[in-house]
Amino acid sequence: MKHLISTLDLDRQDLEGLLDLANNFAGVLKRPIPKVPALRGKTVVMAFFEDSTRTRTSFDLAARRLSADVVNFSASQSSTRKGESLRDTVETIGAMGVDAIVVRHSSSGAPQQIAQWTGASVINAGDGWHQHPTQALLDAFTITDRFGSLDGLSIAVCGDIQHSRVARSNVDAFTKLGASVTLVGPKTLMPPDTGDWPATVTTNLDDVLADLDVVYLLRIQQERLSSGLFPSVREYRSRWGLTVERSARLRSDALIMHPGPMNRGVEIDPEVADDSRSVVLDQVAAGVPVRMAVLYRVLGPGQFDALTPDDEPEVVDDADGDQVDGDGGPSTRQLVRSASAPDSGSDSSASHLEEVS
Amino acid sequence: MAERERRRTPPYGGVFVARSEVLDQAAVRRAVRRMAHEIIEANEGLTDVLLVGLQTGGVPFAAAIAEALEEIEGVSVPVGRLDVAFYRDDINLRPVLPEADTEINTDIDRKVVVLVDDVLFTGRTIRAALDAIMDQGRPRAIQLAVMVDRGHRELPIRPDYVGKNLPTRRSEAVNATLERVELGEMTR
Repeated sequence: MKHLISTLDLDRQDLEGLLDLANNFAGVLKRPIPKVPALRGKTVVMAFFEDSTRTRTSFDLAARRLSADVVNFSASQSSTRKGESLRDTVETIGAMGVDAIVVRHSSSGAPQQIAQWTGASVINAGDGWHQHPTQALLDAFTITDRFGSLDGLSIAVCGDIQHSRVARSNVDAFTKLGASVTLVGPKTLMPPDTGDWPATVTTNLDDVLADLDVVYLLRIQQERLSSGLFPSVREYRSRWGLTVERSARLRSDALIMHPGPMNRGVEIDPEVADDSRSVVLDQVAAGVPVRMAVLYRVLGPGQFDALTPDDEPEVVDDADGDQVDGDGGPSTRQLVRSASAPDSGSDSSASHLEEVS
Repeated sequence: MAERERRRTPPYGGVFVARSEVLDQAAVRRAVRRMAHEIIEANEGLTDVLLVGLQTGGVPFAAAIAEALEEIEGVSVPVGRLDVAFYRDDINLRPVLPEADTEINTDIDRKVVVLVDDVLFTGRTIRAALDAIMDQGRPRAIQLAVMVDRGHRELPIRPDYVGKNLPTRRSEAVNATLERVELGEMTR
């Protein structure tokens, strides 16, 4: 795996592999010295063109726990404020010889574009309304930790679906891992293409509440409040907020999730945020091992690269991509995947994978 | 089997083909029992001794040695598992196995840690294991028990307890389990 741009580039096996690896790192984090030398000598740049506290801190910590060197870069302190183009900025960072760039950008598609301008690995830490793959992974990790797996779970994602990268990546990852997803929210905040989403859609949270294993609340962003997409904060809370009354109708073993930061009193009542079923802090805690897994998969040996070790050429001969005979199974899939440039824009490589395996 | 070879076992590649059986089950059991005696003798008992099996080949041997120690001395020593994947220098050698976890439930400070592995080859796994152990605490001593020492060391590391010294060619492979020790080759 060279880049992580979108969950769409990952199949169920990739997702499960990353979750397993994250589980190993969660074990590392419990040791007296919660740090391993796995990425010693690698350099990771945190290129955050949009503000973020938890994602950035979490990635930063994850890289340091793997002994990578971390350089922080934020748009507010950089030459981008002096008018430097994104491309020049990226090429400048690349010229310093870095191994991975963790990108947060307000424009959808920026990480994909950056991946074409640099030899470094690019990890998407959230781009516009498009994707936030590590959020999807850490949420799946949190749910797996509680329920064992996502298979057969019923999950509602509630709120501003239209403007949410978290919704896009989470719905994709959750359904690939076997959950059934319902989108809940006002019609004005539903994307027009929900027919193509692997999810059912409703405007009424009360209809689905009692059957849910997980209710996943999205943040109502401040700028939407004045956008005219819904009448008022109070109206939003009364129809789509997880109020104390609604939370009483949730099952006792259901999980309440939120990607943060929370607007207490808007999408979630303050008491509900502190409910025993709320796993918001577990989600934050899951961020570090999950991002360690992503960094390790991208910069370490990975699962795919292990098939083409650089020290013994006779094994490399096998990794020519069209080898489908023999034992088949996982190794063949991975071989094909590594040979078919998994970074080249999601759908084509994913379907190629399907055909061969 | 040394880690160097393991990555070529399915699902990651080749298949081990045995050419000759070096030890049968009874001989493996005798060797394990002798190593247990040596551990007791060298440490003048089993006070503060704990065994740590290296994932994945060393884990069953650590359990077998612990069982033998209990039979001989009537003492149950703590047994842990250690996965060194994140400490390796030759990090491209093999993928991280999700089932290979680290679990050492006892405090290792001031203890005698006996690392247990199936096959000692280049010594690089042991080098990584030493680092991993040091990150968990400060043992009084670290000793090494291996079922098979096949030579070809690349680092100044020597075992304290050896089940079987087995001269090999570099291209050969060794498979060591509680049932048998075999010499052979990895093929595809």
